[in-house]
Amino acid sequence: MSFQKHESEHIKKNFKRKLSRTELEILAAEWSEHCSYKSSKIHLRMLPMSGPGVISEKGYDSGVLDVGDGYVVTVHIESHNHPSAVEPFGGAATGVGGVIRDILSTGTRPIAVLDGLRFGNIEKDSHARWLFKNAISGIADYGNCLGIPTIGGEVEFDDCYKNYAIVDVAAIGFGKKENLIKNHANTGDLVVLLGGPTGRDGVGGSQFASDSLESEDRSAVQIPDPFMEKLIIEAVLEARNQKCINAMKDLGGGGLSCAISETADSLGIGIELDVKNVHTRESGLNPNEIMISESQERMLIITNKQKIKKLEQICSKFRIKCSIIGHVTNDKMMHVKNGEKTIGLLPAEFVANAPLLNRKKIKPKYIENLEFEKEFKKLSNYSEILLKLLSSPNIASKHWVYRQYDHEVGIRTVVKPGMDASVLRLDNGKSLAIKIDGNPKQCYINPRQGAIGCFEEACRNVICTGCNPIGMVDHLQFGNPEDPEIFWTFMETLEGITDFAKFLQIPCVGGKVSFYNETPSGPIKPTPIIGVLGLTDKFVFPNVSSSGDSILLIGETKNELGGSEYFEYIHEFIGGKCPAVDFKESKNNMNAVLSLIKNNQVKFVHDCSKGGFGIAISEICIRDNIGCTIELSKISIDKELSVECLLFSESHSRYLLTVKKENLRKVKQFLSSKNINFGILGKFTDDQIIINYISKPIIRLRVDKAHKKWYSRLGELITQA
Amino acid sequence: MKVGVIVFPGSNCDRDMYHVLKDVFKINAEYFWHEKSLPKNIDAVVLPGGFSYGDRLRAGVIAAHSPIIKDVKKLANAGIPILGVCNGFQILVESGLLPGTLLKNESLNFMCNWTTLVVKNNKTPFTNKLKLDQKIPIPIANGEGRFFADKTLMNDLRKNNQIVFSYDDNVNGSIEHIAGICNKEGNVVGMMPHPERATESAINPIDNKPSSLIFESLLDTIGGKN
Repeated sequence: MSFQKHESEHIKKNFKRKLSRTELEILAAEWSEHCSYKSSKIHLRMLPMSGPGVISEKGYDSGVLDVGDGYVVTVHIESHNHPSAVEPFGGAATGVGGVIRDILSTGTRPIAVLDGLRFGNIEKDSHARWLFKNAISGIADYGNCLGIPTIGGEVEFDDCYKNYAIVDVAAIGFGKKENLIKNHANTGDLVVLLGGPTGRDGVGGSQFASDSLESEDRSAVQIPDPFMEKLIIEAVLEARNQKCINAMKDLGGGGLSCAISETADSLGIGIELDVKNVHTRESGLNPNEIMISESQERMLIITNKQKIKKLEQICSKFRIKCSIIGHVTNDKMMHVKNGEKTIGLLPAEFVANAPLLNRKKIKPKYIENLEFEKEFKKLSNYSEILLKLLSSPNIASKHWVYRQYDHEVGIRTVVKPGMDASVLRLDNGKSLAIKIDGNPKQCYINPRQGAIGCFEEACRNVICTGCNPIGMVDHLQFGNPEDPEIFWTFMETLEGITDFAKFLQIPCVGGKVSFYNETPSGPIKPTPIIGVLGLTDKFVFPNVSSSGDSILLIGETKNELGGSEYFEYIHEFIGGKCPAVDFKESKNNMNAVLSLIKNNQVKFVHDCSKGGFGIAISEICIRDNIGCTIELSKISIDKELSVECLLFSESHSRYLLTVKKENLRKVKQFLSSKNINFGILGKFTDDQIIINYISKPIIRLRVDKAHKKWYSRLGELITQA
Repeated sequence: MKVGVIVFPGSNCDRDMYHVLKDVFKINAEYFWHEKSLPKNIDAVVLPGGFSYGDRLRAGVIAAHSPIIKDVKKLANAGIPILGVCNGFQILVESGLLPGTLLKNESLNFMCNWTTLVVKNNKTPFTNKLKLDQKIPIPIANGEGRFFADKTLMNDLRKNNQIVFSYDDNVNGSIEHIAGICNKEGNVVGMMPHPERATESAINPIDNKPSSLIFESLLDTIGGKN
């Protein structure tokens, strides 16, 4: 437990008396970076958070979007990096559990989970393999047991995550608008703690997460109990149906300290509670431990004396404990008692609002020379390079991962994991697309453009399914914010995301900031993750590309190999010019693709991202088990490009389209009329990927051979132990 | 006609099954919490998939001791059609209503895959509209789905025509690729794959007809009792 100097002064200024141990513990937990957002809060206000479909209520931990016909979708994103780096199974599992309870808190049923996972180099580092394998098992074990499908996500490997793990989990909820919990409380209402017992696991977890990872503090990692979480979900939803809940919040970072102070502060009430009434896992827990334990699977509910009987009946049906731990007062104080004795009495507003910081930022030195490209040894065997890239762990098929997740339970999953965004059907006949994307390699070279790129990529993926982006969530992960160079990368990222969100008019409906992602070997690369949700009234199933279909590439390809998989995996070079999004081109291309899909003029759309055009076309050939013949010189460019650039540059705003012969003329006319840059590159045919440049053959690769490499690589790496 | 869908603590395919019975096949379905009793005049019972009791000890073993299982056994003895899917199959095995055992998959991992079933017995209430050796594209999602039986039991199963479904390929190491079996009388059927996930064209990318026939068979069996 520690306070920074200005925090101690802030306490001194506000209290004439000396604070008790319990009070200090509560403040330390709630004022940790993890709970208070003290370094980021004043800056996060720049994000556009409202929009026509956004519903906001007091005390919501997740974003709520109106999807019409009386229904809402909820969304939230969280990470569990420090715990997963120490104990990957439990850390990753409880990461899933936490974000699901945020969805539940609004009164919606969790219907899907996506996870973004990042580890060290699994080809060389057996510890990274161990973390990877066990984090996957943890997520599978938890999500499968809950019956909430894990419908997608991403997996990436980079040396900057050595001895570390990034485990980001996004969750989606769905429900009727009328069932949303409208958080409110009256004096005399009862404060109830429902769910698993409070134990010593996770004591001080949020402070552990607010420091760089130097020791393996396993007791700060929570123990997962998915069965308890499942019972809580069903009990809470039943209590919601029976209107037993006035207000609700899940217990996460900071445990009871955080849940009580934030609930009281957001509702403008006071709460008096007795720690003796908290049901515990073991005897002998001291009051301070009870206040800051982060034991999982617990919900805080405010109800009244008439409704408590019903709530207790529901809990007894599911055999879960619910304890009345206190009641609502009108003095706006957080009053903690141990039996008769007062052990803490603090204004809730004071606890819930840590003194905020405006940290220094300085452009990092490392960035200065990063954009220069060095001369590489000329490589000429592009077939071999393409094959090697297909087997790069960052590009190879992730089926080894998502086949361990039940991605179909709930029978909503229309587009299953493996391609662009995943799509869920909703009860009102509409379809919801979701994708999360990150790209630390590009964010390292250019934090602003890298972050905008992640955002655009997530949008592109959603667009590929024919859905219109309606909201986004961001998760911003960096090293120590006290380092002005790191803080500069955070600010660049945030400003970039803000600019693009405002331009596209996509509201940010939720997010999280995670600092101190460091190990003794240094900070991680800037790792913002952007999740985008899209909606369509009528989903059009993508078709299979067949012989004779034309291949179109929309968007301009530029000299932007910086941070590409080609530079990093083939040349082991970090640097170069990172792709930048042209806002206008981005929006025009999105609108054009959406329009083509809606009018049934394309059979299939796939976005160009990691690995560039070369990988994107290979992925379609593998998916549809068909070859192609491509002429690279037909690619739309702004100026003369090398073959490497044409094949592997990761320029944004690009989409690969499969177009039937009879639609080709119409599609051409439409794209020309909208001034879209595009090229007709060739046709699908036979069983080989054939790529020519000015009629000279460059690549000739059998699709089955490409498929085998791409499909089996990840599994092979894991089984080698 | 009425079909009961049993809900155990931790069941998670109960709502999917209910939706398919009710909305897709217009069957009068009703949930039954595991501590309730089943009405005598019920026409069929489904034990849906999920993780009853979090799969603690062994998949299905605790749920097999739920109060409602007594009624399930009575109905089974009375010849009422009973279907257990995935965890429901595991519960039927653990409660002794079906023979054999379900072990961890050969990969030792949870597997969520689309696979192909082959119909081996089309005389049960859930397969009578399917043809022998007909193929069914269907998803599986389980960690403990590898069916095992010793030699004597395998002989019995073959002799009594108790093998209802097998996988077309060796999916998880099940003996003789077995994916579903029935009791000697044929009215109690257990299967690891999820027919409720394959009957709607909106979510079944391959072919929703064969798996729909599982529910249409049931409809055909109990339909006259309206």
